[in-house]
Amino acid sequence: MNVTIVDYQSGNISSVINSFTEVAKGKVNLEVTSDIKKIKSSDKIVLPGQGSFKSCVESLKSINGLVDTLKEFAITNKKPLLGICVGLQMFADIGYEEAETKGLGWISGKVSKIDNQKGKFKLPHIGWNEIEIKKESKIFKDIKNKSHMYFVHSYEFIPEDKSVISATTNYSSIIVCSVERDNLFGTQFHPEKSDKIGLKIIDNFLKL
Amino acid sequence: MLKNRIIPCLDVKNGRVVKGINFVELKDAGDPVEQAKIYSDGGADEICFLDITASNENRETIIDIVRKTAKECFVPLTVGGGVRTIQNITDLLLAGADKVSINTAAVNNINFLNEASKKFGSQCIVVAIDAKKVSDNKWEVFTHGGRNKTGIDAVEFAKKVEEYGAGEILLTSMDKDGTKSGYDVDLLKTITNNTNIPVIASGGVGTLDHLYDGIVKGGASAVLAASIFHYGEYKIKDAKEYLNSKNVSVRL
Repeated sequence: MNVTIVDYQSGNISSVINSFTEVAKGKVNLEVTSDIKKIKSSDKIVLPGQGSFKSCVESLKSINGLVDTLKEFAITNKKPLLGICVGLQMFADIGYEEAETKGLGWISGKVSKIDNQKGKFKLPHIGWNEIEIKKESKIFKDIKNKSHMYFVHSYEFIPEDKSVISATTNYSSIIVCSVERDNLFGTQFHPEKSDKIGLKIIDNFLKL
Repeated sequence: MLKNRIIPCLDVKNGRVVKGINFVELKDAGDPVEQAKIYSDGGADEICFLDITASNENRETIIDIVRKTAKECFVPLTVGGGVRTIQNITDLLLAGADKVSINTAAVNNINFLNEASKKFGSQCIVVAIDAKKVSDNKWEVFTHGGRNKTGIDAVEFAKKVEEYGAGEILLTSMDKDGTKSGYDVDLLKTITNNTNIPVIASGGVGTLDHLYDGIVKGGASAVLAASIFHYGEYKIKDAKEYLNSKNVSVRL
């Protein structure tokens, strides 16, 4: 099996590479690239994302043909794609970080700043928080409800269709932290930084 | 509910873990990669490396340690010490660090934070503030491992680093560091009340009760400690169980 981690200069993806390499060892052929041909021929795609919504969307668009290739892969052909952090957020129609920016529009909704109740809650939301599993998800196989995952973000994805939500977390309000529709997966938290339980999620994705 | 983090800090000099008493008289406490792995397996919420060699000739040493550690530890890794340029940050992140901690460079040029956070995102920019008490409820920022006085008020500086894009503050009391007499809770309280980003408490932990004070009395989001973990006095698990028994929420 060929799995591609999309490298589109979206900030630091070393940890994503390290964790996937650890889990993939000897089982999966892992590529880190933005090469359109390689992406097209892979079986699964990982779309990481760090920094702002705006900068990630701009980086993605700056690579000729990448957005269309990803859309064809994940939406038209319904092949497995996992978005992590801003990688998930970009599924939305629109984001408001830095400036109003159009997203990929794969899952209707918006990405706005977490309401921290006038400073009552510190932002970014950094650290380990429990996830509340909302529906059976292929990537949560053998993951216990209320497991701890590592988060670092100030913005949240608010999808219109609530049926896509596979897990939430509580930080000043209920925040969507995982979505799933067909073979499209996204986590707001960082499985690559979430210790053994995070590696298990990666393993579940690789085993799909 | 967001958990309070426990972060063991490994002070590294020339590739080995050391911990100083008030930053002098260093003792050897072992191999950094091995130690980081023990902490990560033991439930550390993050791992912090502080490179106290920090001379340019030795930058490769810490980068190599980070590279090896990142392949074995799958919790967030922060690296500080001698981070002065965008290139320094790039090198550390490429080696596998998740965050970098910036100290002197932020004091010398606050715009560096702006530049760094725009390029890499605030989530990976931690500003380390070393503060020393100068009078009642007044603290001053020091640099170069506590040797240089800056004349800058710590509270004003903390507000400023937030404004310039820091994602977290790592706050060390120079009066308390290495003393094992507990955090400077007043300093912590003052800084956490005056900023909206998470603050990591550092400097002075000698007992598990000190961790409790840092979180509950000082308002810290995370507590950092070095020597109480290095010499086997306590395991990370002991610290978590203790805090949990006192109703402080931690990741067990």
